[in-house]
Amino acid sequence: MLHINCPFCGLRAQKEFAYGGDATVKRPEINKEVSKEEWDNFVYMRKSPRGKHIELWHHISGCRQWFKVQRDTATHEIFKTAKMSEEIV
Amino acid sequence: MRQSHRLNNIGLINRDKVITFNFNGKLYQGYEGDTLASALLANGVHLVGRSFKYHRPRGFIGAGVDEPNAKLQVTINGHSEPNINATEIELVDGLSATSQNCWPSVEFDIGAINNFLKRFFPAGFYYKTFMWPKSFWYKVYEPFIRKAAGLGVASLERDKERYEHKFEYCDLLVTGSGPSGLASAYAAAKNGAKVILAEDKPRYGGTLLTDDVSIDNMSGKDWSEKIISELKTMPNVTLKNRSQVFGYYDHNMMVMFERVGDHLSNKSKYTPRQRLWYIRAKETILSTGSIERPIVFGNNDTPGVVLSSAAKEYMKVYGVLVGRKPIIFTNNDSAYETAFEFKKNNVEPIILDTREEHDSEIVQEAKNKGIQIKFSYGVIVANGYKKVKSAKIGKLTKDKKSFESTETINCDCICVSGFWTPTVHLASQSGNKLKFDEKIDAFIPDKSKQNEKTIGAANGSFTLQETIKSGFKTGSELSSKITDKNNENKIPTVTETKYSVHDKFWCMPLPKNENPKRFVDFQNDVAVSDIEIALREGYRSIEHVKRYTTLGMATDQGRTSNLNGLQMVSNIENKIVPEVGHTTFRPPFTPITIGTIVGREVGMEFMPTRKTPMHEWHEKNNAVFVDAGAWKRPRYYKQGNETLLEASKREAKNVRENVGICDVTTLGKIDIKGPDAAEFLNRVYTNAWLKLPVGKARYGVMLREDGMIMDDGTTTRISENHYHMTTTTAQAANVLSHLEYYLQIVWPELNVNVVSTTEQWAGAAIAGPKSRDMLSKLFPDLDVSNEALPFMGYIESNLFGVPARIFRISFSGELAYEVNVESNYGLFMWEKMMEIGKEFNNQPYGTEALSTLRIEMGHVAGPELDGRTIPQDVSLDGLVSKKKDFIGKNSLGKEAFTLENRQKIVGLVPTDRKSSIPEGSHLVENEKAKLPNLKLGHVSSSCWSVENNNPFSLAIVNDGKNMIGKKLFAVSPLKNTSIEVEIISSHYVDPEGKRVRS
Ligand SMILES: [Zn+2]
Repeated sequence: MLHINCPFCGLRAQKEFAYGGDATVKRPEINKEVSKEEWDNFVYMRKSPRGKHIELWHHISGCRQWFKVQRDTATHEIFKTAKMSEEIV
Repeated sequence: MRQSHRLNNIGLINRDKVITFNFNGKLYQGYEGDTLASALLANGVHLVGRSFKYHRPRGFIGAGVDEPNAKLQVTINGHSEPNINATEIELVDGLSATSQNCWPSVEFDIGAINNFLKRFFPAGFYYKTFMWPKSFWYKVYEPFIRKAAGLGVASLERDKERYEHKFEYCDLLVTGSGPSGLASAYAAAKNGAKVILAEDKPRYGGTLLTDDVSIDNMSGKDWSEKIISELKTMPNVTLKNRSQVFGYYDHNMMVMFERVGDHLSNKSKYTPRQRLWYIRAKETILSTGSIERPIVFGNNDTPGVVLSSAAKEYMKVYGVLVGRKPIIFTNNDSAYETAFEFKKNNVEPIILDTREEHDSEIVQEAKNKGIQIKFSYGVIVANGYKKVKSAKIGKLTKDKKSFESTETINCDCICVSGFWTPTVHLASQSGNKLKFDEKIDAFIPDKSKQNEKTIGAANGSFTLQETIKSGFKTGSELSSKITDKNNENKIPTVTETKYSVHDKFWCMPLPKNENPKRFVDFQNDVAVSDIEIALREGYRSIEHVKRYTTLGMATDQGRTSNLNGLQMVSNIENKIVPEVGHTTFRPPFTPITIGTIVGREVGMEFMPTRKTPMHEWHEKNNAVFVDAGAWKRPRYYKQGNETLLEASKREAKNVRENVGICDVTTLGKIDIKGPDAAEFLNRVYTNAWLKLPVGKARYGVMLREDGMIMDDGTTTRISENHYHMTTTTAQAANVLSHLEYYLQIVWPELNVNVVSTTEQWAGAAIAGPKSRDMLSKLFPDLDVSNEALPFMGYIESNLFGVPARIFRISFSGELAYEVNVESNYGLFMWEKMMEIGKEFNNQPYGTEALSTLRIEMGHVAGPELDGRTIPQDVSLDGLVSKKKDFIGKNSLGKEAFTLENRQKIVGLVPTDRKSSIPEGSHLVENEKAKLPNLKLGHVSSSCWSVENNNPFSLAIVNDGKNMIGKKLFAVSPLKNTSIEVEIISSHYVDPEGKRVRS
């Protein structure tokens, strides 16, 4: 079970969180023309990298904030967590 | 009753308390402090089970977790459990045990014929034998395998015992209380760290209880007792015996299995039987020790063949002799101590040492004690079927591939030692890649992967001096990182016998023309010949050899067999062991009960129960409840002997004719506030929201980005920047997460806040032609006319002094209202409605009537919005705005979504107007067509239409628009029904929607 550092609440057990997918995907802007390809990429295409990856987690049984987690998908090592307004580099 | 093999003056058992127990129908006696194994051995019982494949007689090999054979069916307090390790379960009053995997008895087992058919049971036997014909699988092979392969029998009774879970955090977890564990726990505790010390046995001390050593002029046992008693006084230390850390998971999470009540004969009702600990440790010390390796020889599975360390433990801890005429068969020095212990207890051992004439401190001591030693000797084959009677031994040639001479000597036990295997399971589970240590011919942990450190014998250090030193050092270092304290420890002085090198020899050759089985893995009945076959048939990877032969699998996890198996493969393949590699160690290290995993989450505690504020009223009025997620909702209110169908018809009919009330508290409610709330709703829902006036509600549909409907519901504008959203009961949590996702991640620039208010409001729907009359009596000061409160209108008022929200919305298709009050007033509201409703023939209705009403109106709900439908599939395309953008809009243009013949919602009636159509039925053209019969659609919701008094269903059908008027068959192989149906419009009642607006 992972131990995740919520940027608002601190270290908590994985039980309190829900996984939210790839954090690097950007939704096409609303009310703007978008090509079919761009849209399909957004809806369906996800990379599944082995190694470092930035993903979304939702503290559903806590502060209910979505935030970013940089995690190694192979070893589960968590390098960094950050608020949505912050960048992980 | 005499315990034939009990010694008088040695052991840590309590001789004042005699315990009587039952084994295979016979009564025996042991003492408090015995394990079932030591008590049986005290009575001279070695034969405890039959082996897995060949049903060969098996006895005890180890004295603890190392035991692969002695898995028994054990009954305590009427609760029966299979696969209990006899070497680990403590003797308690009333314990009764039976052997497994044998029939009719362990003494005479018919399955043993497999032993004589063994050429039919080689490696890969299951794969080869049970492949074909396919038709044999179900009736012949599977029952056979189940009967033959099972270990014990799981009880069919409900487990009445109590199990618990515990979550704990600590600075340092120490797993194992041998010398290195004790030293490190002590050093860390002195530094003020929060320490948990876990020991799987009842007694702390590990090898200190059995090894002949002295520490600071105390015996090992006395020293360990001194350390433990000091640790017990320290508030920062938790000592846990009978506790096995069996799993090492991510982020330094350890899982531990504690036997809390198994050893108590009278435990209180609330004392759990076992407890599962989830321990998050900042640092972990793995001081799990090592397990003795057997040497492989002919019929080495005969009862009476034991590990030499186990023989010593039975003597020193339990005062039990495993035999009176022992052979000590060894490739190293450590087994000599077992010989000394026998000698001390007036039993004359003979030592067979595979090494050539050898001189070391301990060999000299043995010679001085007058113990007979035969160098270059080994046991070739054990003789005796249910118990060792003699052994054929041989003098090995220089190359150790054949014999110079052989002879047979009498014996009643063979204590075997093939050196030591560090217990590296937890380190390996943590992700630590192991490395092969050629000095000890075994794997030890390499670089730490998580915050774990392996010390002592588990790390391949087999001298007490080294072990204790590294214990103090590691405990002190790891803890001072956390506590910043650095207590000076005086390392104690140690006296121990120095061991010389072991012989790299683990498998006895066989003389020509002799072919007894030589077992590598006792639990899985894997012999040397099986490994040879696997390699001959081309399996090279050790993982493949493992699966083909089953070597190292099951509860045993290769504890005694792993390295011998690897050695065998490497010898045959002419490789060195590190090249062969090792198989994966998996948790749990030892078997744990399902009860412990489940803990308290059984029955009513399986998940929380959500009850509405009106729940008690429903109960008192004969409601029959149905689960809606965690909620309990009244399904119907039973009158007399009514069936579900009769009650729901009555309730629904009363809504259509008079008025009914329904508890709708469980609907999801989300409060939405902020200056951008209208804009947000406009993006979330498919229809337009910017112009919804204050005091009005609107029905909305929200999609996922892939265009599928996510949920539906009404949202009401309470004030300029304040909305009240409702969701379906099932989707409430998902919709909130969905809204938060868009507000926090996608459009953080929108100034909007959302919060769940599902539990803050109690809700009741009032539906039926007389609902307005009833409402006017509930709110006498309020104008409830169609003009003042039109369809989709909203008014705030008070219900006899209680603030209330009134929505004119309808799920039933009738003139209807929904009243919300603060939860605490829910019951008050409900009782007022029941009281005032009397004169209008008001009746409460449950979810079954609610469904009936919505289905015959053609309103969609969960079964239609199943995540596979887009708005037009369920005739909600009128709600999809062409002008504005919203979540999922871009997906609706997809080719598959715009096809003319796309699936669509329709209504169904059986042509006989009588047969109810099971939900989930498939719609097909020809009911008698050969399988696979082409499916044209499925039945999503079914009811008995109270308006038309016949069954009616909703279905999603291919090309639904053009199917109206056609006839199909609704077939349900599960219910074994096939019903001819006519396809009609999904709006069966009031298609123009006049009633809701009346
Ligand atoms: Zn949080």
